Amino acid sequence: MGVKPVDSAPGAGKTIVTQMSPNWITSRLDFLANWARANSLWPMPFGTACCAIEFMATAASRFDISRFGMERLGYSPRQADVLLCAGRLPFKLAPVIKRIYDQMPQPKWVISMGACASTGGIFDTYAMTQGIDTVVPVDVYVPGCPPRPEALLYGILLLHKKIRGETMVDKAIREEEILSRGGLRLPPEFVDEVSEPFGNSVHQTRSA
Amino acid sequence: MRREFGDKIGRALESCGDTIVYVDAGRARAVLAWLKETPDQEYNYLTDITAVEYRDAELPMEVVYLLFSLRRKVQLCVKIALPKDGDLEVDSVVPLWQGANWLEREVFDMFGITFRDHPDLRRILMWETYSEGHPLRKDFPLRGRLSRSEQVRRALHANPEAHYSMEELSIAESFNDLPEDMRQRLAQGERDRIPELGGAPGDG
Amino acid sequence: MGEKRTVELDLATPGWDASGQPARVPLGVAEAAGEIGAVEGGIGSEHLLLNLGPQHPATHGVLRLVVELDGEVVVRVIPHIGYLHSGFEKLGEYRFYNQIIPLTDRTDYLAPMANNVCLAMGAEKLMGIELTERCKVLRVIACEMSRIISHLVWLGTTAVDLGAFTPFLWTFQERERIYDLQEAWTGARLTTSLTRVGGLMADIPDGFEAGLRASCKRLPQVLDEAERMLTNNAIWCARTQGIGILSAEDAINFSMSGPMLRASGVDYDVRKDRPYLDYETYDFDVPIGENGDVYDRYLVRLEEMRQSVRIIEQALDRLPDGPINVDDPRVILPPKTAAMNDMESMIFHFKQVMEGVRAPVGEAYFAIENGKGELGTYFVSDGTAKPVRWRIRPPSFINLSALPKMAEGHLIADLIAINASVDIVLGEIDR
Repeated sequence: MGVKPVDSAPGAGKTIVTQMSPNWITSRLDFLANWARANSLWPMPFGTACCAIEFMATAASRFDISRFGMERLGYSPRQADVLLCAGRLPFKLAPVIKRIYDQMPQPKWVISMGACASTGGIFDTYAMTQGIDTVVPVDVYVPGCPPRPEALLYGILLLHKKIRGETMVDKAIREEEILSRGGLRLPPEFVDEVSEPFGNSVHQTRSA
Repeated sequence: MRREFGDKIGRALESCGDTIVYVDAGRARAVLAWLKETPDQEYNYLTDITAVEYRDAELPMEVVYLLFSLRRKVQLCVKIALPKDGDLEVDSVVPLWQGANWLEREVFDMFGITFRDHPDLRRILMWETYSEGHPLRKDFPLRGRLSRSEQVRRALHANPEAHYSMEELSIAESFNDLPEDMRQRLAQGERDRIPELGGAPGDG
Repeated sequence: MGEKRTVELDLATPGWDASGQPARVPLGVAEAAGEIGAVEGGIGSEHLLLNLGPQHPATHGVLRLVVELDGEVVVRVIPHIGYLHSGFEKLGEYRFYNQIIPLTDRTDYLAPMANNVCLAMGAEKLMGIELTERCKVLRVIACEMSRIISHLVWLGTTAVDLGAFTPFLWTFQERERIYDLQEAWTGARLTTSLTRVGGLMADIPDGFEAGLRASCKRLPQVLDEAERMLTNNAIWCARTQGIGILSAEDAINFSMSGPMLRASGVDYDVRKDRPYLDYETYDFDVPIGENGDVYDRYLVRLEEMRQSVRIIEQALDRLPDGPINVDDPRVILPPKTAAMNDMESMIFHFKQVMEGVRAPVGEAYFAIENGKGELGTYFVSDGTAKPVRWRIRPPSFINLSALPKMAEGHLIADLIAINASVDIVLGEIDR
């Protein structure tokens, strides 16, 4: 789309300090830490709508996220690793998910499940955020309306892959974001641009 | 078609097999009470309350009451026409049917029609300090009046859970016991404090 | 009673201030999204304000309950909704009637086919369209399947709320069978978009009937298993009997519908009292409760599932051959081969897709009996292809408004049980 997010992300004056250079020991420790983290990701199910039902189906016997160590649903954000936003996020719920995300301790990841959580889905209306990434940073987007349980599992496996690629040497990965610009984590022009309708939906907002 | 009692004001018509009766706003509660209590009518079940605004700006807005008689198994639709240039206000029917409580709150939230004597008329679907307007009005655009980033910003600061509204506290009794700053906040409605764009990190 | 104090917590998160020093950044919200801790000092004299926030495992969605507690007794409870408000009704004013059907999947997402049927029937009432026989029977099957899966979710999640986890897995396994059938029929497990104005999206595939009969044979066994676990269980009975009683007059006054109303003893079922889709020709019973407590609602819903199986079997036995769509090319898309070869069909196709099907001026309200209660669709049309007003009469919204009446005076654990018994689905409440 030809848009680059401003990469001086919120929080001017932040410096990234790497205290060690990557070496053989850190890579072995990374492997161990990432293996442990990836294989027991306790999800924080922020289930709002239909995708929550598919998430529940994924957690049930047939598709079984227990095989990935995720059957222990962390309803308290303090005990959860991955915030799984399943379903649409209206504006009224935006401060709630921001709150929950802030309450989760590092390391934490976010999976945006479904079209509505990723981009607003079919709801390009006055009440719906056009994607949870306008409010919290997202690691994996799982498309679908709702995504099949297999799709969600694929998204989880992608997250595993992402986690295994992390390293302790780069502190920036696990830093908390500080809000600025009046509370938005992305520049307002960027939020407006990604929320614009495109394609067919541009014509669908005529009444009669 | 059902012709009721003599002092009903308005017209009646039939649409797709349903009977619709128009009632004047001033007599509405009396008519609805009559419909509920008279042994012949007995519309004791309130199915729905909603409102309609037409695309044609000349037509008045309508508040629609869908009533059903459980014994006679008959449905009736009662409408009140509210011209848009007047007050958008009707009498609340909560004293007749408790189920009207939330239904009227929703009509207020979506259309801006107020209900006299409603016990707790606040917004129900949008957050209470929502300032963009009443969404289901025809002059309200589908995507809202503000830009998306502004909507996100306002939403993040609306803090619907921030401070409890007066209805939630044991109202008059506990107000005086609250600490001074909390009392001030409640009185002023601090929950909607939206900082300016471009503020320093850590603001808001 | 003593003075009542309200507790306000000030929560903040670690962050950095402008000079790069660590500081606490207040989150600006004074209450936690989960449960708040107890009041200090003066145990017997204060009320506690507890916020069962929008994010909570037992609220069945994003419902916020503000509870004022005197010890463990609920003095007041105020439900807050709107956390899933998506602007459905506004969006419907910008869509053709057939384009609204996918929207209805997402309102009551536990029973999508019933929503599709309700909307299509509302539009058909508005346009004055008569359905074919096969379509009617298939829609009855769809509605009853939806009722079954809705009640199965209710059973699983209510059991989880009250501490019995295993029935959740059983009911979801049973739902998977029905999901397979839905997927075979419509292509989607959950967002089915089954109906079109004047007909259905597709006929049932081969093997559907056999699969449905097998599922209908298996379901009563699963229900028996769940009943063996719960119905005469001392803990279950203690936690559900006498809890959340709603008298018949109150239930009518609060405009309850569905199992909530029938468990209180009121005999109102839209299928029997305002029959549609030839329901008067099917042989089934409607369970009515006596006490209006949580236990009665549980029994009513279990029995409704068994009756749904009965209806489905009758429907499958009587399923006639024939077309599923009404034979009106202005309303139903012509088959693709005709649209490609025949000029008139192509024009009809073009008009329907580009301009939509126009409805006559007027309005129509149509109600069906959903798993949750009376689901209604109210359309107002001004003669164009997009409705002036589309209103969903949401059963869960109205049922939930009686929660304060039912729960005040009970313990907080009972509040969870009562909330579960209302069987809410936030998509429909908030729309």
